[in-house]
Order: sequence, then structure tokens, then C-alpha cells
Amino acid sequence: MYDTQYSEKAVGSAQDIKIATKDVNVRYGANHAIKDVSVDIQDKTVTAFIGPSGCGKSTFLRCLNRMNDTIDVCRVTGEIRIDGEDIYDKRVDPVQLRAKVGMVFQKPNPFPKSIYDNVAYGPKIHGLSRNKADLDDIVERALRRGAIWDEVKDRLDAPGTGLSGGQQQRLCIARAVATEPEVLLMDEPCSALDPIATGQVEELIDELRREYSVVIVTHSMQQAARVSQKTAFFHLGDMVEFDDTDEIFTNPKDKRTESYITGRIG
Amino acid sequence: MTDATQAGSMVPAKSIISVDDRTKKRHAAEKRFQAYGIAAIATGVFFLIFLLGSILFNGVTAFQQTFIQVPIYLNPMTLDPEGNRDPAEMAKVSTFGYAPILENSMASMIEAQGIETDVEPDGLDALFSSSAAAQLRNRVLSNPDLLGQTIDFNILATSRVDGYFKGRVSRESIARDRSIDAEHLDIVDALREEGSVVKRFNLAFITGSDASESRPEQAGMGVAMMGSLYMMLVVLGLSLPIGVFASIYLEEFAPKNRLTDIIEVNISNLAAVPSIVFGILGLAVFIQFMEFPQSAPLVGGLVLTLMTLPTIIIATRAALQSVPPSIRDAALGVGASKMQSVFHHVLPLAMPGILTGTIIGLAQALGETAPLLLIGMVGYVATNYPDGIASGFMDPNSAMPAQIYEWAKRADPAYYERAWGGIIILLVFLFAMNAIAILLRRKFERRW
Repeated sequence: MYDTQYSEKAVGSAQDIKIATKDVNVRYGANHAIKDVSVDIQDKTVTAFIGPSGCGKSTFLRCLNRMNDTIDVCRVTGEIRIDGEDIYDKRVDPVQLRAKVGMVFQKPNPFPKSIYDNVAYGPKIHGLSRNKADLDDIVERALRRGAIWDEVKDRLDAPGTGLSGGQQQRLCIARAVATEPEVLLMDEPCSALDPIATGQVEELIDELRREYSVVIVTHSMQQAARVSQKTAFFHLGDMVEFDDTDEIFTNPKDKRTESYITGRIG
Repeated sequence: MTDATQAGSMVPAKSIISVDDRTKKRHAAEKRFQAYGIAAIATGVFFLIFLLGSILFNGVTAFQQTFIQVPIYLNPMTLDPEGNRDPAEMAKVSTFGYAPILENSMASMIEAQGIETDVEPDGLDALFSSSAAAQLRNRVLSNPDLLGQTIDFNILATSRVDGYFKGRVSRESIARDRSIDAEHLDIVDALREEGSVVKRFNLAFITGSDASESRPEQAGMGVAMMGSLYMMLVVLGLSLPIGVFASIYLEEFAPKNRLTDIIEVNISNLAAVPSIVFGILGLAVFIQFMEFPQSAPLVGGLVLTLMTLPTIIIATRAALQSVPPSIRDAALGVGASKMQSVFHHVLPLAMPGILTGTIIGLAQALGETAPLLLIGMVGYVATNYPDGIASGFMDPNSAMPAQIYEWAKRADPAYYERAWGGIIILLVFLFAMNAIAILLRRKFERRW
């Protein structure tokens, strides 16, 4: 049923640029974590950030919805525009931004509340539902999009923390999509999951691409190759190469990219 | 190097069966450490048992009180000279009018029971408390219909008679005591054989008020308990919101800079400031500067609030810190504001820790005496229950630990027993508060 629901919306024209970043620099105190990074993220596309640990890919991801604001010493300069609007503009309320740019974290982090409340929380605080029935619909739709509805529909009152790791992560994805974001940021969403759960989440990411632009940070090159259309390779705070995923993995232009994907560094 | 066939018979170069010297040393060190630990715990348990044992041994007798049962004829001619049973008129007969009734009734009872004694009726007042006449008068005034009847009245015995039955007073110890003679003890011994002297549960000790130096048998804890209750209301009402909001702001919202560092260090230091310092601060600020009444539970509560705040702030901050940061990330990630993430997610998870810290802080405040010294809550303060909420906060009163201190200070050995009994009551309250803390912790605890 929900297959048809999605196919109604055609996959957006691949050339729409959702997020444009230009000369982004991030400093943690004296530590220059991101150096002059410029990446354009297209709408309805999965973009993967790959690179060795500490190369700044997660930091860069967290700039896109200003999660770095919570770190006192973090300074971001440069330009990040979503739909042409500068997200570091003084007038921008990070709360509104984060409703538009959802995030899924490395470790599944459901609230210690029921499955229903986990998903309903976002819509509630953003006033997306007019009444209980409305909210029930939103929760069901989000859980279906999170590909976890069938597993939890009979126990929506059970605590979200009681689910298995993979289910928790899909619950977190459902929670993120419940607020109707336009961009979904995923920070190594599968690093805490076993291969089967990883497979389920990857399938889900592919589904989500129909409606959202997805940015995923991953350690696994295979995962990047499987789920993404665009890949950016980060190394020591530099964005070394950004291209179609196929290009990066078959015909890397930079020596460092080649060394990384062939396993010589990283 | 080794074949499977050889494995059974070969002797390994390093056997793991026989223990080498280093391992022996390690085992010995471990055994020694365990022995120290057990010794330390045993010492602690010994002192605890000794403490509780001596408190119970010394204090439990305060919960019993000796009474002398005497049939008393309430003569309407003397007690209600106007004859109209109007309490207002009857109140004109003072306690001095009732004292002879007690003496005479007791004298006739002694005679009726065939006890021979040289003590004159007006010497019998050494047997009963000087407050007994007032108690009889109150009983009559509250129920004028008793006039003309003979009632069985339990006369409160003096602390000497009470002490004699509890083993505190002996015939030797009264040799130099001018308030009671051996003949009096002969009478009470005889009365006991007749069953007229009874020991009863001493409710007045729990509900009563403090009494003067000469009437330890009448002294009770009740009014001081009310004083403590009103102080705790002030402490809870002020220190919980102030402490929790201060910690939330410091922990979740305040920028991390030099100023907040200084504030943090000072809060930790304040927790270690001697409580008497808070007392003199309270005296200067609340009584001398703001001119609040002396000895008022309101002022006591304010002083204890100052003292409790650092404890609550430290406990609350620890509770907030123990909430995993991933919960904050999750809330921010779905677009909750900072405040929503704190109040919807972080605070509920920190609640058990906050409540425990608050109750521990309250328990600490409940047992505090030193600051109360300086604002006039220690001493012979109150004799009546407050007659309303406002008077509860504003009228001079004492507090439980101050009352205990006051009793322990007094010369009469009968007050020594009261002080220990007071400690039992205070400990019951402290145990109850700790039990509540544990229950709340259990109730609110969530796993993630």
C-alpha cells in the first residue's frame, strides 16, 4: 500500500540543490576541524560522507542542522544555505531549522517513553496535529516509513528502550521523519547494528530517498557504495573529493581517495 | 614442539598448578585488603549498634509515665460557688483551689487502703506533679457536668516518683533531696501493691509542650515538632524551587566561563561552611536588618534554607549530569527547544536524584541545632501550640533538636531521660524521611 503512496511523488529532478555549502570552516577552540569545505547536496538524493576517524565528517554533518551550537567552543564560519537561506543567519531559530532538517544519531537514542510517545513527541511540539486521531495517523505513517510498523503496531505503549538495537534505530528514524523534515542527516546510523539490522536500515534509507534528501556519514565504504548516489571523501578536515558514488569508487581522481577506498589508509 | 602423545606426560616449564611467589604475594595482598575492609565495616557496625542500643536503653523509658489513680469527689460547693455551671465563672477558682482537693483525696485514699503514714495531707504534694492541679482544673472546666461526681483521676506523679519506679531514683539518692522523703516512697510502694500506681504510655511526651525546669514529668516534644514542621515547610517551599532552578540554569543553560566557574566553586564551598555561620548570617540579615520576629520558625526556616541550598544544588546537578547526553541530542534533533528538551526529557530522568538530594537536605536541616541558637529558637520557648498557620510561622517556637539540646542542658536528671527520648523521636522522623527518599527513588527510577 505504501509503495504506491510513495510512487505518486516522482523522484525529484536530481539537479535541485537542497543544501549549498561554501568555504565552511569549523574550529573547536584552537583545533581547526573543517577546512574550507564546499559541498552541494542535491534534493531527493542520498549523499554519503566517508573518511577515516577524526576527519571531520560528523562535525560537518552536525553543522547542517546547527547541532554544533550546543558545543560552547565550536565556531563555524562560511556559508551554509538550505533552499537558498543562510542557516547561520542571526534571524534563524535553530529549533525551526531542526524541524526542517531531521537527524538520526550513531547510537540509537529513543526517549525512555513508550514507542507511541517517542514518535508523537516531535509532531506534538511542532503543533502538526489538531487532535488525537490526527496524531495517531501521523504516528502510524511515521512508523510505516520507518519500516517498523508491523513489528510494533500491537505494542505502541511498550517502552521504546525495550526494542532491539536495530528496531530502536528504525524507531529513531521514524521519530525523525514524523516531524516532516525535508532533509535527513544520519550520523553512522548502522555502526551499532548487526548486519541484518544494517540491511533493513539501508533498505529504509533507499526508500526515504523518494521524499527526502538524505546525508549519511559512514565508516563503511561498502555501505556508501550500496546506498548513496553522491559521495564526499573527507581527510584530516579537508573535503578531498566529491562526485557521483560510482565515480569515486571506480575512478577516484585524488591519490588519497584511491588509497582510502583500496584500504591503504584509514 | 610437543606432540599430542607426549602432552600427558610432559612437565610444562611454567606450571599453572603450583603457585609461584609473585602470585602468592598477590593473594596475600588481596587477603590483607579484604581483612582491612571487614575490620572497618565491623567497627562501623559495632559503633552503630552501640549507638542505637544506648539511645534505646536511655530513651525508651521516656515513653512511659507514672500516674497515681485517685478517686476524687468534685465538690460543687467549692469548685462552682455560684452554682450555675458556667465555665467562665468556674474559672475563677484557680489551680490553688484544686491542689487541696488532690491532697485530701489522696490522703483519704491512703487511709481507706489502710496504709499507715506520718505524712500530713499537705505533704502529699511531693508525690504529684505541680501541674496535676491544672490538669484536674482543665478537665473540670471542659466538662462542668462532672461536678458532684466522684471520678477516677490519674494524677501525674512527680519525676522523683516516676524515677523511683524506673530505677533512676533510689532511697540512697534522695537522702539529700529536699523535695521528697523516704516516707513518701513508703507510701508509693504501698500504693503500688494496692494497684493504685500505674505506668502508662506517655502520649503527652509526644504531643505535649516543654515544661519548666521543675516539672520534667510534664515536658513533651509536640510543640517543638510543630516548630520543626513549619521550618521544614519553609525549607521545602524555598530551597526546592530555588535549588532546582539554579542547578538547571547552571547545568543546562549557563555559558561555561570564568564567572560560572567561580559560582560553581563557591557553591561547593558553601556546602562545607559551618552551620553556625549561617545562624549568625540569619541573625544579622533576617532579624536585625529585616526585623523579622525572633525565635520564629519562619526565620529558622530561612536560615536552614540557606544552609540546605548548596546540598540540593549539588545533588540536582549531579542528577542532571547523569542523564545521558544522547537524550538531549535526541530532543534537540527532533526540533525541541533547549527548554523543552530540559523540561520534557532531562528533568523527568533526573527526578529521582533530585528528590533524594532534597530529602537528604531536608533531613540534614531537620537535625540542625547550631544556627537556631543564634536566632533564639533554643531555650524555654513555647508552651502552646500555634493557633493557626500564620502564628505557626511567626510565633516563637523551638525545634526538635533544639528541644533535645535544651533538655540535655538542664540540671534535673529526669530531663536526661527526656533528651534521649527526644532523640528517638527525631531519629524516627529521619528514618521516615530516608525511607520516603528510597521509595521515591524506586518509584521514579527508569531504565534506559
